[in-house]
Amino acid sequence: MPAIPIASAPQPSLTSPEQIRNFCIIAHIDHGKSTLADRMLGITEVVELRNMRAQYLDRMDIERERGITIKSQAVRLPWRSGIDGQEYILNMIDTPGHVDFTYEVSRSLAACEGAVLLVDCAQGIEAQTLANLYLAMENNLTIIPVLNKIDLPAAQPEKFAEELAKLIGCEPEDCLRVSGKTGVGVTELLDQIVKQIPAPTGDPTAPTRALIFDSVYDTYRGVVTYVRVKDGHLSTRDQIQMFSTGVRHEMLEVGVISPEPIVSKGLGVGEVGYVITGVKDVRQSRVGDTITTYNNPTKTALSGYKDPRPMVFSGLFPLDGADFPLLREALDKLQLNDAALVYEPESSAALGFGFRCGFLGLLHMEIVRERLERESNLVLISTAPNVVYSVTTGDGQLITVTNPSEYPDSKIEKVEEPIVRATVLAPSEFIGTIMELCQERRGVLIGMDYLSEDRVEIRYTLPLAEIVFDFFDQLKSRTRGYASLDYEPIGESVGDLVKVDILLQGEKVDAFSAIVHKEKAYAYGTMMTSKLRELIPRQQFEIPIQAAIGGRIIARESIRAIRKDVLAKCYGGDISRKRKLLEKQKEGKKRMKMVGRVEVPQEAFVAALTTDADIDKAKAKAKERE
Amino acid sequence: MSNLSFYIHIPYCVRRCGYCDFNTYTPAELSISSGLNQISRSYVDLVIQEIGFAQSIAGNRSISTIFFGGGTPTLMEPVDLGRIISALATKFDLLQDSEITIEANPDSVSLEKLIALRELGINRISFGMQSAVPHVLTALDRTHDPENVMRAVHWAKESGFEEISCDLIYGAPGESMSDWEYSLDAALSLPLTHISAYALIVEEGTKLGKQVQRGEVTMPDDDETADKYLLADDKFESAGLHWYEISNWAKSGSESRHNMGYWTGVDWWGAGPGAHSHLAGRRFWNVKHPTAYADRIIATGDPKQSEELLDKTQKWNEELMLRIRLAKGVDHKAFTSAQLGTLGGYLKDGHLIESAWLENRIVLSRSGRLLADRIIREIAM
Repeated sequence: MPAIPIASAPQPSLTSPEQIRNFCIIAHIDHGKSTLADRMLGITEVVELRNMRAQYLDRMDIERERGITIKSQAVRLPWRSGIDGQEYILNMIDTPGHVDFTYEVSRSLAACEGAVLLVDCAQGIEAQTLANLYLAMENNLTIIPVLNKIDLPAAQPEKFAEELAKLIGCEPEDCLRVSGKTGVGVTELLDQIVKQIPAPTGDPTAPTRALIFDSVYDTYRGVVTYVRVKDGHLSTRDQIQMFSTGVRHEMLEVGVISPEPIVSKGLGVGEVGYVITGVKDVRQSRVGDTITTYNNPTKTALSGYKDPRPMVFSGLFPLDGADFPLLREALDKLQLNDAALVYEPESSAALGFGFRCGFLGLLHMEIVRERLERESNLVLISTAPNVVYSVTTGDGQLITVTNPSEYPDSKIEKVEEPIVRATVLAPSEFIGTIMELCQERRGVLIGMDYLSEDRVEIRYTLPLAEIVFDFFDQLKSRTRGYASLDYEPIGESVGDLVKVDILLQGEKVDAFSAIVHKEKAYAYGTMMTSKLRELIPRQQFEIPIQAAIGGRIIARESIRAIRKDVLAKCYGGDISRKRKLLEKQKEGKKRMKMVGRVEVPQEAFVAALTTDADIDKAKAKAKERE
Repeated sequence: MSNLSFYIHIPYCVRRCGYCDFNTYTPAELSISSGLNQISRSYVDLVIQEIGFAQSIAGNRSISTIFFGGGTPTLMEPVDLGRIISALATKFDLLQDSEITIEANPDSVSLEKLIALRELGINRISFGMQSAVPHVLTALDRTHDPENVMRAVHWAKESGFEEISCDLIYGAPGESMSDWEYSLDAALSLPLTHISAYALIVEEGTKLGKQVQRGEVTMPDDDETADKYLLADDKFESAGLHWYEISNWAKSGSESRHNMGYWTGVDWWGAGPGAHSHLAGRRFWNVKHPTAYADRIIATGDPKQSEELLDKTQKWNEELMLRIRLAKGVDHKAFTSAQLGTLGGYLKDGHLIESAWLENRIVLSRSGRLLADRIIREIAM
């Protein structure tokens, strides 16, 4: 029996580096990482069968529902090798699987010596997995290629073994074949982790250096910081110090997760665990930072620390203006656990008071919005996401624009926008389609490689703004869901950009303004004006809708005046009924925003600003209220 | 004490029309095999009992208007209608010059019957004409021959009715603008003193409502219906019938006094199943089904199902909702300055009459009448 009872397993702080293996699992969403992790918890018996639940390590509801892991976590798994019969400690470091969290992934990888590359052998490798694989290879991690879901009827292990072998430079037969679902091959995988992945190295006598690879806010404990000790030793006797800020903290608790927290005396070289210092805000304990001791601080930090930089901005407004304080509270709370989230108050003539929020990317944005709505019971409107522009005015002033409303009206010298390097993986039959899409989006082809006979990797540089604007939806729908996308920022470049304003009855509606490429201004203008014409109900006067660049009108539509809104009959018995009907209709109207004299239903904002808007749904809702 | 108006509900029809959601019942729905004249007498007995009950609640009041509505009041034997009028005259002070109206189905009258009704003191008659175009009547699920209306109106004139009104309905599925014009001309060729013209309302649960829901018939759009309203208003005005409420036009002095009562908030008592009453800001209504009504009258004498007491805001809302529908309009004093500001927008858009505004009155223009509900929603409720 290769599992070891926790009590008799090597204890934290007393485990020698030779007995430790630190690894992570690189996999795409729904390639079965969580199921495999569950299976490992079961086989190593750290979780008793009766306590097992699906996706054990994913803490938040939202993670479990979407099948994605946002926050990484480390689990200590005692294991007796079936090969040499020795006792080992395997630290499984869970990594987030999405493009928005590349930085977090890179820090998780930096805490490991090896990575399990897990690929669904019915689907093959995806772009994000590939990006993370490259990241792992750059970090000199030992890669163990694993084909998952071999129990599936659609499994093609031979085909994808070749693909993986080609990618990492091994033989197809080196790929392990497992099924997280049935457990086949998982014991062997644990043994291979021990055998192939090198033990951690470090100097136990040097000044302490521990890498923060995750930082989580817990309502009861404050911030829980996940660390990997590189050199020296962390113990509860020490005062610790954050290298980047120099701030000193008391160590309240040190421990490991297995997978429930186990308090220990400390953590030694190569060990992975958590520390609690009593800080209340994850920004004081940032991912990538180095922890050292106050008494014997290190002079050199572990490399790779970066401040998270928001790439995508969007305004979040409560549907009910009275909820503004509630939204502020919810954001404050969320920020305790999300160092990458930034926000500042914003007011919009159309949407009232809200916050301009910065996110790592679109998924991050979606997750934040969903958590705000769910955890604080808010209904939010989010404006169309945009990127950050650097605008140089005629008089040489540099303005950073995170919101179209900040775009200067004065003469503009140049506008720079963020550029990304995008990688798309897809079956080769879609090459033409994908190139067409990238071309439409101002992409420049960098290169293309065949991963296997019928799968290609296509690389483009693209303005981030183009990706933010429904690129992923388009890519998915044009390739019937087969293509996958990854991107990383590579800098800024000058773009031929203009601001398009939308006017209702001559009044500018700031929420609908957008910064777009000059060639797309007309398309944006006609798209928005015709969308709004559909979405705004007729009123007692004609409503002109215009799109304009500065003072120049580039598109116009008009909503004809409503002619009839009256019930023909109102006699004795009708009076109460009619009063109640009008009262009810009036209730419905409270969900309208006034833009000048024009009533704009909330649905119109949502539908006009969401790129994948379901206009019919909004219209149906608006009709219900009439 | 102020005068009291009486509404007498006759909840019976030979058959139900496809668009109708009124509280009325056919012999089939009531499982009556013997025909309606059989129940006429016993139903009237119940109404007379309620009139006695009304007197005990409302007190000794003068009655200025009576309105027999339905259903089809002309299905009742004139002698039974006469018993109701006598009961009202006995229990209350029925004024000499009171207006007594009966709604009439062109199919269920004869010259003899009309003479009998006139002899009872009924002095105003309102015919359900609806349309003069056969395919429109079919769409409305009406059975009468347009010729019957012409004949019935002339009989009414012959019987001595001076106040004769017709109801018209526009906007039925398949009705063209020229169909409507034809109906308007037909109505105006008759010796009428009053016309009500209603845009067809599709009520949930009616046969028409189901046909629309299933997509079997398409309702004309609101713009077309608005055009029909304007055409009617043009024609009526040039025929000397002036507009006095959203859907009502009359020769001067021939406005329905009973209906004006509803719109100006007088006290009235509605007798019969489902009938609504209003006494000094209190609204109450009777149980809906004729059988339940009979049971209640026999058991307790009080057929009331429920009531509501209007608070100040509700009262103001109702008053505004009703008065703004009238040609007399509403005095500026009724509004706050914010409300007048909003109304100013409607003035600017041409939905209020400017000359009236200058005399501190809010009176809807022709386009404004068609937006009355919208205006009320915006400034009241």
